[in-house]
Amino acid sequence: MALIVDIEKTLGDFHLKVNFTAEREVMALLGVSGCGKSMTLGCIAGIVRPDKGHIELNGRVLFDSEKKIDLPPQKRKVGYLFQQYALFPHMTVEQNIRAGAHARPKAEREQAVREVLHAFRLEGLENNRPSQLSGGQQQRCAMARILVGQPELVLLDEPFSALDAYLKWQVELELSDILKNLSCGTLFVTHNRDEVYRLCDTVCVLNRGKSDPKETVKELFRAPATMGAALISGCKNVSAAEVKQGETLFCKDWNVTLKTALHVPENIAYVGVRAHYFTTEGTENAIPCTVERVVENPFSTVVMLQTTGAGRLRWELDKAVWETLSGTEKLTLYVRPEDVMPLTE
Amino acid sequence: MDWYPLYNSLRIALISTVIIFFAGIAAAYYVARLPRVLKGVLDVLFTLPLVLPPTVVGYLLLRVLGPKRAVGAWALTHFNLKLTMVWWSAIFATTVVIFPLMYRTARGAFESFDETLADAGRTLGRSNTWIFWRVRMPCCKQGILAGTVLAFARALGEYGATSMVAGYTPGRTATISTTVYQLWRTNDDALAFKWVVVNLAISAVVLLAVNLLEKRERGVRKAWH
Repeated sequence: MALIVDIEKTLGDFHLKVNFTAEREVMALLGVSGCGKSMTLGCIAGIVRPDKGHIELNGRVLFDSEKKIDLPPQKRKVGYLFQQYALFPHMTVEQNIRAGAHARPKAEREQAVREVLHAFRLEGLENNRPSQLSGGQQQRCAMARILVGQPELVLLDEPFSALDAYLKWQVELELSDILKNLSCGTLFVTHNRDEVYRLCDTVCVLNRGKSDPKETVKELFRAPATMGAALISGCKNVSAAEVKQGETLFCKDWNVTLKTALHVPENIAYVGVRAHYFTTEGTENAIPCTVERVVENPFSTVVMLQTTGAGRLRWELDKAVWETLSGTEKLTLYVRPEDVMPLTE
Repeated sequence: MDWYPLYNSLRIALISTVIIFFAGIAAAYYVARLPRVLKGVLDVLFTLPLVLPPTVVGYLLLRVLGPKRAVGAWALTHFNLKLTMVWWSAIFATTVVIFPLMYRTARGAFESFDETLADAGRTLGRSNTWIFWRVRMPCCKQGILAGTVLAFARALGEYGATSMVAGYTPGRTATISTTVYQLWRTNDDALAFKWVVVNLAISAVVLLAVNLLEKRERGVRKAWH
């Protein structure tokens, strides 16, 4: 399976320009709210029409502005799990699933409905209305309704946003199992980097409507390419930077020179360091700073430090480790060269 | 007591309501999808009969349907059909007058419909016709039913346009409302009062139905969200 997306759309002063390809994998579209993630899904499903571009799924052209191809959603074979699941409120669980089984040949339908009811543990709930289901059951019902129609691609739009925090974990574990057994590719839209890390294989970061090149999830967290990717992957410390020579970078906001072990791109503009990666002992990359503020989390401590430049650093460490240091005002932090991430715009 | 006016009123109201049920829903559905300017123009046009005096509606209808006017003359020469001063002339009058009621309630119901449900139906491969009858209409059922009952109630009480287009001929075009006026004019106070009571009873039942429907709708909405 292969999904090719290369589309543009303008809506008011918002410009969407998304470009990626995906194989049979669970791919995340990661970005803050309002960055165009849902609009991208809408374009792929056929609910939203891009201004121009090309969308292809398994060799079938779904949309092409030049060839004037725009398949209706009904013919795209793309399943869409909506944020609030969009179950038909006046139908029972079974009727909802039947509504999705229409794409199957008549002889298979009954069997297929039985199968998904079983696979998604909805037996016994067949005659319930969506309003009588828990959030997790609603999501299972919506997934069953999509998968009974055998789509070639499944789109998940923030699948946990409609759930209470205490329900979320259980539902995420369930969805993780579902995704593992899926025979088609999946696009997973979220603003939550932890979900991406736990559930997805690859990730494409969307930043104000523009997509970064696709990378593996491990790569995003080890060495994000752009500042947007670094911030959305949870990097708390970013400074404007320029190359001093070779792998040595001058960080303007922190007034220090740091050495990196990662590849330095030509158009480097920033440097990022994750809040967990500072140490108090080391040989390279010393950063002199002053403790400014200490914030206690339930299981960790966040220390805000003033550098000799204008910028501040955020350091997150184990409570017990901080206790051995408490009272100190002047500190020298170290960071390993492989944790210094050169970033482009 | 001659019950013809009751029978005539009921059949006129029923037929008009059936026509307006489909016309009003279709108008509401398609107008919502039009570009803004056209939508505004049609919205004014479709709502106009609600604010116009019924006599003005009657006058306009006579100008179109009268035996010497465009449509009236055409029907007369081609089908030998009189469009005015017969019992079903009242259907033209009533239909125009109650159309805005159906159109506006149906539009309100459609506007509160969650469009992602329609999108979900489309991505599941279902046709727009299926989505309309199996998802959109059931979800908007209570609002549309309330609009229908309201339109029926108004149709039953239609007087102004009807009296101009259909006139008053006992046993032919007489409706409850025109009968009451005629009886009062001819000083038959006792019989006029009987018809007033009949009218009050029907109207009360219909309004009760509207209230019940609206209450149920609110209950259903609550359960969904």
